[in-house]
Amino acid sequence: MTELTVALILNGRPCEVRTAAHRTLLEVLRDDLGAMEVKEGCGEGVCGTCTVLLDGEPVSSCLVLAPRAAGRKITTVRGLGDGDRLHPLQEAFVTQGGVQCGFCIPGMILTAYAFLRDYPAASRDEIRRAIAGNLCRCTGYTKIIDAIVSAAAGRGAGGEGAAGG
Amino acid sequence: MTVPFDYRAPTTLAEALALLRDHGEEAKPLAGGQSLVPLLTLRLARPAVLVDLNGLDELRAVRREGDALFVGALVRHRALERGEGALAACALLQEAAPLIGNVRVRTLGTIGGSLAHADPAAEWPAVVRALDGAVLVRGPGGDRAVPAGEFFVGALVTALRPGELIVGVRLPALGPHVGFAVEEFSRRAGDFAIVAAVAVVELAPDGTVARARVSLAGVGAIPQRLPEIEAALAGQRPDAETLRRAASHLDAIEPEGDAHASAAYRRHLARVLTARALVRAAARAGRRTAA
Repeated sequence: MTELTVALILNGRPCEVRTAAHRTLLEVLRDDLGAMEVKEGCGEGVCGTCTVLLDGEPVSSCLVLAPRAAGRKITTVRGLGDGDRLHPLQEAFVTQGGVQCGFCIPGMILTAYAFLRDYPAASRDEIRRAIAGNLCRCTGYTKIIDAIVSAAAGRGAGGEGAAGG
Repeated sequence: MTVPFDYRAPTTLAEALALLRDHGEEAKPLAGGQSLVPLLTLRLARPAVLVDLNGLDELRAVRREGDALFVGALVRHRALERGEGALAACALLQEAAPLIGNVRVRTLGTIGGSLAHADPAAEWPAVVRALDGAVLVRGPGGDRAVPAGEFFVGALVTALRPGELIVGVRLPALGPHVGFAVEEFSRRAGDFAIVAAVAVVELAPDGTVARARVSLAGVGAIPQRLPEIEAALAGQRPDAETLRRAASHLDAIEPEGDAHASAAYRRHLARVLTARALVRAAARAGRRTAA
């Protein structure tokens, strides 16, 4: 069994963790770094609940072995706002009533965030396809999609660098 | 958490091969981890030593080699989806990549890992088979270029020998008269396809089919080429009726049914998806020829 020190940047904050190599990034985030906003769903990479951004790109944190996070920037849903104010995409989930039980929402928002960053003018259909890998057990997809659509460029809330308005 | 293992992160291919040689069947190589890590957490794979290949920059290369495109084993699905730089020489990759899993799988999953895993329903094996690509491997016996037709041996079984690693894959660059399409059907977004059809159609200057290549995933343990369809189309005008008639050769295939789909349904999907892929590939070849 290998134990090693993994240094990573969590939501802009440098962190160092001593961990066994066979633990996952999800376990390191929740159990060692207290990032309880990262939720464990299926543990097999299927449901999208544990999604975090690894150097800006969505990954299943349950499928990233701890050593693979070394030197990387990890963004959880907590890293999107500025501490006091929610990110406009998070705000849209509030105003559109996009949250039911809430368990899927951190992963859902991070997937949508990365997608709108790359495709700010995405259509409703494209947004539906983009979050197809994130499952909502409440099946509250309509409001979730409403929220993401309303946050897309030119549709009201506006994302970072979006037209807004 | 998985079963404990010794974790090794070599920085050169030679070092990685030495680790695999020293630890034999106890060792397992890790690429993107999108198939292996679930197997580890489910305890279906229990390696004593995990050899992490992600530090091997030499496996990340993409380059033109004359009429061919070399894609390193560690190139990730997302990069293939974006299709930038030299990857534009084989735009079929860009067509197939978005169909793989979900965005998280595409962020980390690699083409070499997918080929080595050899899932019967996966996209890359069918694409590489359609293109008559070669899987380039290196191992204790030196370098080998294994034609796609020989690389896939069975479900999750390849011609890789003990201690060998995939270095990359060599694919033909697709010229201006070549059209291509991938059509697949799955019951839920992101699932493995029940059946996927890959069509590559090359038109002669007179607009007839110079060469058609078709391969299918999901109708057998390994990707299937369809020589009868390919022969039936050679020299023909690629109108929709001719393409559909050629696809009806698939009424004779005998796929195995399973919990996901019956044999009859797989046969039906194979015919319908192949026809759609051929129509779209031929139309694209026509546009590119006219351009």
